[in-house]
Amino acid sequence: MLLDAIIILPLLAAALAAVVPSESRRPWLLPAAAIPHLLLVGRIIAAPPAMGDGTMLALDGLGRLVLLVVSLLFAVSSIYSLGYFRTHPTWSNRTFVVCLLLFLGAMSVAAAARHLGLLWVAVEATTVASAPMIYFNRNRFSIEATWKYLLFCSVGIALAMLGILFLAYAGLHGGAEGSLQFDLLLSQAQLFSKPWLRAGFVFLLVGFGTKMGLAPLHTWKPDAYGEAPGLVGGLLAGGLTSVAFLAVLRAVQIMNAAGEAELARQCLLGLGLLSLVFAAIFVIRQRDIKRMLAYSSVEHMGILAIGVSVGGLAVYGAMFHVLNNALTKGSLFMSAGNIHRYFGSKKMCETQGAVSALPWSAGLFLAGFLAIAGSPPFGPFLSEFTILCGIFGAGRSGLGLAFISLLAVIFIGMSHTVVSVALGPPMEETPEEVGDRRPLREGFLTVLGPFLLLGLVLVLGLYLPPPLRDLFREAAGLLEVGR
Amino acid sequence: MNDPASTILFSVILLNFFILGTSRLGACIRVVAVQGALLSLLPPLVHGVSAHSLFLATGAFALKGMVIPWLLFRAIRQVRIRREMEPRIGYIATLMLGALTTAGAFIFADRLPLMPEHLHSLFIPASLSTLAVGFLLLITRRKAITQVLGYLVFENGIFIFGILLAKAMPLMVEAGVLLDMLVAIFVMGIVMNHINREYSSIDTENLCLLKE
Repeated sequence: MLLDAIIILPLLAAALAAVVPSESRRPWLLPAAAIPHLLLVGRIIAAPPAMGDGTMLALDGLGRLVLLVVSLLFAVSSIYSLGYFRTHPTWSNRTFVVCLLLFLGAMSVAAAARHLGLLWVAVEATTVASAPMIYFNRNRFSIEATWKYLLFCSVGIALAMLGILFLAYAGLHGGAEGSLQFDLLLSQAQLFSKPWLRAGFVFLLVGFGTKMGLAPLHTWKPDAYGEAPGLVGGLLAGGLTSVAFLAVLRAVQIMNAAGEAELARQCLLGLGLLSLVFAAIFVIRQRDIKRMLAYSSVEHMGILAIGVSVGGLAVYGAMFHVLNNALTKGSLFMSAGNIHRYFGSKKMCETQGAVSALPWSAGLFLAGFLAIAGSPPFGPFLSEFTILCGIFGAGRSGLGLAFISLLAVIFIGMSHTVVSVALGPPMEETPEEVGDRRPLREGFLTVLGPFLLLGLVLVLGLYLPPPLRDLFREAAGLLEVGR
Repeated sequence: MNDPASTILFSVILLNFFILGTSRLGACIRVVAVQGALLSLLPPLVHGVSAHSLFLATGAFALKGMVIPWLLFRAIRQVRIRREMEPRIGYIATLMLGALTTAGAFIFADRLPLMPEHLHSLFIPASLSTLAVGFLLLITRRKAITQVLGYLVFENGIFIFGILLAKAMPLMVEAGVLLDMLVAIFVMGIVMNHINREYSSIDTENLCLLKE
């Protein structure tokens, strides 16, 4: 009942947004749908409803975690969006608002899907719903980013469909029922024909890994995140990647149930390490702040993959990190969006000394960078530390050392850009250069969003509420081998 | 090999070569449409006439055979192009590659661990070769519209494999898959139109501003 409401609510709001004629009132539908959505999700987390066996929609620990992440991030983004639309009062926001709400609906379905086909439909729907939002700025750069995103992700998702069909074939071949209902898949996974199962897993990993942005399948990511409005970048980097990660984890669960956990772990470890290496290479001397954040997103997807591949305590850390990464990325993209709008540029050399012009946004950007880089006392420090403990606890010191050194390289690479944007000497501008640029002041709403998210990240670093800890435990438990 | 399903699959493979070899976009769209329409006949042929297979056949026929081609024709009318000029790899070369991958698909399908009833059917090789041709189109063609066609051919390859497993997908999910595909093509059409507005062409070589 609650679950249906969570899915229907955003879809209804999207339909309403399509018919509301007023450009200034339409954005209010976003918080009007997002805040009740968050309250409903909160009720589900507090008292999880029983899961029927064999249903199409139900929420297990992983589903609830991802739903919480998506809903929380979306609720704060909806507040930010009110301020964002005010800075572009003449642009039509109908498509944008409708797409945002559909995006929330599709992500909610994906989190709750108990059928691989339905999961696929929902994830593909997120691609289609988010593509028009990337094109909101309507210029050559954003059309290129939109095209690459749309084509790359559609083909990636098509590969995932092939993987799903391979899994179904593995079931048929092994004498199981050949259904793609998730509980049935898990209970019959032992029977599956191994070659088809392995092929299916690889295709699923490549398909949903594309969507998640694991290297070397991340090439659309810097373009899309770089050109999308900050609001959308945050939702993609925090919400959509978490949903795609969930889809990858579903494939891992099936492999675990089939007794093929080792292959799944090795694949994840390989892609995870590669993501860290790619991020480390491209983040150094990155002059575009949003592209830098995109590579940081590749890095954190790599951290999640490594966490799951190591197992044990590291899986718990990875679950915690899903929440931390999403909230911090949301905050970073929103404050980067503020800086981008003020200076009309997202290049490092043209946005120097943002702190004198935009004290709040630049301060939040700097603090967000410290958080995402894993400095105490923010949440990501705790989750990354937990993953690291898990790695060393499993006796894999080599991996642990590589992990630390890559993280350090990325930290140094990012800090150069971030510090000169936030604290560097302000640019000398001639009156011609300022031109007709409106002196934009920081709006209350556009600062409140990133501030709230970063505040939550700080709280998570200092105090983890017991219901959340239980949620992470339950989600991690689902990924243990032998369950 | 004389049953209707095999005939259809065989023509699908032949149509793949036509798509690889032609430079006229109108013909290309028509052939992809015919391919999709032919494939939509398969579910009732393989699984017998039932509500499920008829729904799948009608849905796929309407979408792959009619609505999507109409969308694509509208798109090329709007951007006023007729031909794919200068693909990255020439037509003869892509045809050769297509022939090689199709041969490879037949050889590979023979070595796969298949269920006894699929052992010598054309389904698996046709699916694999159509997937390969879709990929070839995606990689070698420059125009946005031919890349969309490549995506469609790729989807057709998945569809062929999916027919073997029609029982795994409930009706609702199948409807969702078809709807997703339709909306994806619709959005791609819009984006194509905007690319044309920015660059007065839908050549994807123009899309090279974003790089490190």
